[in-house]
Amino acid sequence: MQPVNRRQLLQLTFGAAAAGLLSACAANSTAKPNAAPTSPPAAPAQPTTAAAQPQAQPTPAAAAAQPTTAAAQPTAAAAAQAAPAVAGQKVTIEYWQYFYQSKQDLVNTLIQDFQKANPNIEIVHNSTIPYEQYQQKLAAAAPAGQGPDVVNLYYGWLGKFTQSGYLQELPTGAFPAATLEKDFFPVVQGAKLQGKYWGVPTAVRTLALFYNKDLMTASGVDPNKPPTTWEEFVDIALKTTKRSADGKLDTAGFAWGPDGQGHQWWREALNRQNGLSPMSADLKKLNWTDPKGVEAFTWWTDLVTKHKVGEQGFYTDDQTSFKTGHAALHIDGSFRLSTFAADAPTLNYAIAPLPAHKDKATYSSFWVNCLTKRATGPRLEASTKWLQYLTSPDVMRQWVEKVGELPALQSVAKEDKYAKDAKLGPFLQSLDYGYATFFVDEASDRQAVLDAVNEVILNGMAPDQAVKGAADKVQAMLDEYWASVKS
Amino acid sequence: MSLSRRRALTAYLLLLVPLAFFVLIRLVPTLSALQVAFYQWDMLSDERPFVGLGNFQRLAGDQVFLVALLNTLKYVALGVPTGLVLSLAIALALTRVRRLAGVFRTVYFIPFITSLVAVGWVWRWLYQPQRGSINELIGTFGIPPQPFLQSTSQALPSIVVVNVWHDLGFQIVIFLAGLHAIPDIYYEAARLDGAGRWAMLRHITLPLLNPTIVFLAVTSAISSLQVFSQVQNMSAQGTGGPLNSTLSLVLYVYQKAFGGAYQMGYASAMTVILFALILTVTVIQLRLLSRRYEY
Repeated sequence: MQPVNRRQLLQLTFGAAAAGLLSACAANSTAKPNAAPTSPPAAPAQPTTAAAQPQAQPTPAAAAAQPTTAAAQPTAAAAAQAAPAVAGQKVTIEYWQYFYQSKQDLVNTLIQDFQKANPNIEIVHNSTIPYEQYQQKLAAAAPAGQGPDVVNLYYGWLGKFTQSGYLQELPTGAFPAATLEKDFFPVVQGAKLQGKYWGVPTAVRTLALFYNKDLMTASGVDPNKPPTTWEEFVDIALKTTKRSADGKLDTAGFAWGPDGQGHQWWREALNRQNGLSPMSADLKKLNWTDPKGVEAFTWWTDLVTKHKVGEQGFYTDDQTSFKTGHAALHIDGSFRLSTFAADAPTLNYAIAPLPAHKDKATYSSFWVNCLTKRATGPRLEASTKWLQYLTSPDVMRQWVEKVGELPALQSVAKEDKYAKDAKLGPFLQSLDYGYATFFVDEASDRQAVLDAVNEVILNGMAPDQAVKGAADKVQAMLDEYWASVKS
Repeated sequence: MSLSRRRALTAYLLLLVPLAFFVLIRLVPTLSALQVAFYQWDMLSDERPFVGLGNFQRLAGDQVFLVALLNTLKYVALGVPTGLVLSLAIALALTRVRRLAGVFRTVYFIPFITSLVAVGWVWRWLYQPQRGSINELIGTFGIPPQPFLQSTSQALPSIVVVNVWHDLGFQIVIFLAGLHAIPDIYYEAARLDGAGRWAMLRHITLPLLNPTIVFLAVTSAISSLQVFSQVQNMSAQGTGGPLNSTLSLVLYVYQKAFGGAYQMGYASAMTVILFALILTVTVIQLRLLSRRYEY
C-alpha cells in the first residue's frame, strides 16, 4: 500500500487546521441547526474601514443611519411641526421582533388595523428571526445602515443597547415619564436608564409559585393552602419530598433550578423579601454581600444542602420535573403557563404569589418596544404613533388573550376578566411588587450566581464567601460598564 | 489556441467558482477574524478602537480562559487515544466477522450520523444523577448512584465518553478501509515464518496502518479541540459547568462573542490562540507519529 507522502499530508492538515479555525467561529451553527453563519456578520464587506477609523462613516447610507444625537432626539414639538410637511406622503417604517408564532400572528393583524387608521404609514414587520439569532441579526444590520425603526428588545439588554448608541430616548411629549410611572406597573421603570426612558412594553411577565395539587394531597397537605411564607414553603417541601428505600429521590418537594428562574428568584425576590435592595438606586453598586443577602442565599441553598427537598439535575431541570409530576413546588414565570398548557394539559396545578418573608417581592421582566436611531423626521413621527398604538389598552387586551402575556398597564390588569382568572390572577397580583434587575450582561450575571450556588453545593464553600465571589464578578462588570458610559 | 489549451482554460474557469467561494466564505473571514483580534469591537457600537495586543494581554489574565484551555487539552488527551484504541480493536474484530458484518458496521456507524444535539440530550437523560438509566444499571451491581454531569470531576470524562461513542463508527470505517488495503500476502508469508497474532499485529498491521492512524489521530484531535455542541447541550446549566469544569475553548469563544457580551475582538483573539493550538498539536502529532516503512 502507498504510504501517504508527508508533505501532502502536512498540506492537508494545515488546510484542515485553517478550516478548523473557521468552524470554530461558526461553531454555533453546529449546535443549533438554523443558527447564523460565521462570527462577525457583514465583516467581510468592510471590517477595516469601520474598525480602523471609528470616526469615518463607511457609506452614505450608514451615515444617514447614524445621525447626531441632537437630530435623533427632537422634541415632541419639532415632531409635530414636521407633520404638515409630510402630509400625503407615505412613510415606511420597520418593526422587528423575534419569531414567536402567536406574537407574529397578532402583530400582523395589529399592523393591518393600524394602517387602516393611518393610511400614510406602512409598517414592514420582520418577525422571522429565531430568538437565538435575534441580537446578532440586529447587531449585524446596524453597521450596514439596515434594521428596524421600532424594535422589540428584552429589557435586560437595554444597558448594552443604550451604551452602544443604538437607541434613542422615547419622545417625552408622547411618553411623559410621569404617565409611564403612574399608569404602568412599577417594573416598567426597568426601561429607565440615566434618568431617561428608552422603551415601553405591551406586556410584562413575573415569577410566582406553581404547586402540584395532587402531590400535595398525596402527602396529606391541604392542596388549597399553598405556602405563603418561607417557613411554610420549607414545611410543605419537606412533607412532599418522597424517597425510595435506597434513598433515591422519587418526588422532589421543590423543583430545584438555579439555572431556570432560580437565580432571579434569589436576586430580586428573596433578597428584597429579606429587606435588602440588591442594588443601589443609581444601579452602580451591588448589595449582595450584605448579611441579609447572604441570609437569603443561605435559605435558598439550604433547600438542597440542609433540607434536601430537591436535587441538581433531577429529571434534567426544574420545569421538566414539575411538568412530569415529579416535583410539588416550583418557581417559574407567567410565560410558562402556555408551555404547561401545551405539554402537560392534565397536570393538576395551581398558581400562588411567591411565599414572602419580611416583605413581599417578586422578579418581573418584560420585552420592551424601543425607538432606534434610524427613526428620524417623519419616520420618527410614524414610529411614535405605532409605539403608542402598540402599548394601548386595546392591544394589551388582545395580547393577553392571544399571546398570554400580562398587560403592562395597571388599569387593564385590574379588569375582572384577568384579575379573577385562576392562573393569571396570582401573577397580576404580584406585579404590584415586581422588580426588574439591571443587567450589564445577563448571561455573565446569571453565571456568577450559578457558580456561587455550585461552590456551596458541590464544594461546600461557606455561603458568605460564595456570595462574595459572585458579587465581585458582577461588581467588576458594573464598574467597567459605568466607566464606559458617556453621561 | 490549441485544443488542449482551450480544455485547460475551461477547466480553470470552472475551478474559479469553487475557488471564489473558498476565498470569500473561508479565507477572507479567517483573515478578518485575525484582524478583529487586535480591535475592541462590540458589535452594536459604532466605535472600534485599535487595542493592539490588549485582547491577548487580557486573555493571559483571564482565569476562565485558562480553565477552558486546560479543559480543551483534557478533551484531546482523554478522547483521542481512547477512540483510536477502541475503534482499532473493533475494526480488527470486524474483519474476522463473516456473518452479519454489514449489520455490525451499520450499528457502529449510526451514532456518527446522528445529530450531536439529539445525542447530547439523550445522554443527558441517561446520565441523570438519580433515576438515569446508567445509574439504574450500575445500581443493580450495587454501585451507588453517581452525579456524572453534576460533578466537577466526573462531568468532563462523561462528555468524553459520548464523544468517543459518537465518532467510533467513523473511525472504524476508516480503519476497516486501511486494513483491507493491506495485502494478504504479508500475513501469509508471516504465518509461514511462524509468526503469532501479536507479532503480525505489531510488525505488519500497525506499521502498514500508520498513515490511517496518523490521519485519524490528527482529525480526531482537531475535532476534540473544537468540541462545542456536546458541551453546550450536556453540561450542567448548558454553560460548561458545573463551575466551568467542562467549559471548552470554542464554547467560551461563543459565549464571549454571541452569549450577550458581543466582545468580538476578545473572542477573535481566542480563536487565534485556538488556531495556534491546533497547528501546534497537529505538527507535533505528525512529527511523532509519521513513520516511513520500506518493504
